[in-house]
Amino acid sequence: MASFDDLKFQEFEVAADLLSANPNASTVSASSNNPAPVQDFKLDLSEEETGQEENSELLKGEKQVGGFWTFEYYQSFFNVDTMQVLDRIRGSVMPLPGRNFIKHHIRGNPDLYGPFWICATLVFSMAISGNLSTFLSNLGQSQNQYRPQFHRVTIAAVAVFVYAWLVPLCVWGFLTWRKGTEPQISSYSFLETVCVYGYSLFIYVPTSVLWMIPLNWLQWLLIVVATAISGSLLVVTFWPIVRDDTKLTAFATVIAIVLLHGLLAVGCKIYFFQTVVTPAPSPSTAPPLTQNHMTLLTSLTKGH
Amino acid sequence: MAEVDDSNKPLFAGLSDVSISEDIPVEGEITVPVGSSSQDDVYSTLDEPVKETILRDLKAVGKKFVHVMYPRKSSALLRDWDLWGPLLLCVTLALMLQGGSADSKDDGGPQFAEVFVIIWFGSVVITLNSKLLGGTISFFQSLCVLGYCILPLTVAMIVCRLVLLVGSGTVGFIVRLIMVVASFSWSTFASTAFLADSQPPNRKALVVYPIFLFYFVIGWMILTFSPSS
Repeated sequence: MASFDDLKFQEFEVAADLLSANPNASTVSASSNNPAPVQDFKLDLSEEETGQEENSELLKGEKQVGGFWTFEYYQSFFNVDTMQVLDRIRGSVMPLPGRNFIKHHIRGNPDLYGPFWICATLVFSMAISGNLSTFLSNLGQSQNQYRPQFHRVTIAAVAVFVYAWLVPLCVWGFLTWRKGTEPQISSYSFLETVCVYGYSLFIYVPTSVLWMIPLNWLQWLLIVVATAISGSLLVVTFWPIVRDDTKLTAFATVIAIVLLHGLLAVGCKIYFFQTVVTPAPSPSTAPPLTQNHMTLLTSLTKGH
Repeated sequence: MAEVDDSNKPLFAGLSDVSISEDIPVEGEITVPVGSSSQDDVYSTLDEPVKETILRDLKAVGKKFVHVMYPRKSSALLRDWDLWGPLLLCVTLALMLQGGSADSKDDGGPQFAEVFVIIWFGSVVITLNSKLLGGTISFFQSLCVLGYCILPLTVAMIVCRLVLLVGSGTVGFIVRLIMVVASFSWSTFASTAFLADSQPPNRKALVVYPIFLFYFVIGWMILTFSPSS
């Protein structure tokens, strides 16, 4: 009995010691009646993030494993399971206004598996679907010979991978620069930005397959829907960051992000899924021209 | 202890009394006997005829082909990996994919360099991916397995070219489609059988999907091959 009391007394002491050592530590209040403690909880978190960056990094689980020349450094970016990747993909397809993709799904464990393989899948799905749609639209013509059009794979690869790596670099650089000038803004790490952009491109994979259906209005409707979904994912992710900035910068940033995303979709649709200008009109126009030429020549020679 | 001495005493009785007098010379020759050089000949392959050398490697490659066509849980592909088979298959496939739709430079099929780059760069990327996800297989073993499992697709390419020689109608297309789909699933199944055991159990699907994409792209290149008319 006496030992039991001793144990209880020791626990209370240890907790008190911890609190006295780190008074800024966020403590979860048990009472959920009034919203004021919840607000304090949020404020404590933001103070931690901006003030003590090392502690917050440890809390987020981002341990720097070795230098960038070791293999373990890169292995730390692939620390995901199948269920986690599937969960992140599901979260990218259904963005809800309250759920920040980075806070809810990535949670301090950004991975490079998702972005890289989603981009690779998108490259091949766009090239193959574009090729098939060109073939199907030419099916009625007599001089239809199937052309593999393999150079499209190279162009698709360049376009998708440049977008998926250059735009997050610019966005991250811009946000970090704003954070430097106005310290109350927080920002995401470069890997988290790349992760968000990579997963947001997933919705374009089924869209590119559906673009094979040759109805023009359906294709444009698909563009609008896909850009809306992935654009809203990006907006929900980046709005809490830029909200603290000046109104103009915040709106300009968000609009630029959505615009670039839409531009990618429209550009891909126009280039890969062009309805080929059929060569049928040219033979019909050519003979009259040559006929006119012949009559001109004969009249000229006759006139001479 | 005394009992042991008593039992040993008859055997080693005069041992302590033995001493070598200095009159007896201790000399001799220590040479390697002539017979042992024949053992070295077994391991040195410098003197064998060239035909034997080439045939040994070809037999090893052929044995691995058999393992790929009938995938069982044998470890021959993993233990004695070599890259001759993948190189042979890759060059054969790239050569056979040439000469299609050559009238327009832009709209043609893949060039030799493109096929080569896709196969080797794709294999390297998949191997890196599986290693980064925590796989225990070595780099060259994985390259070897991925390269050898292109064999069903190469067989499908040969069959497709033969079918195209006969005629390029709808029936021929359906035959080619069935061939390519069957060989692509065979390739994926064979390479998964060899590679999946070395992965952590909750990441198997993450490793299998890139392999599926890789063989799908190669199968697509084979299916869309159309000879220049």
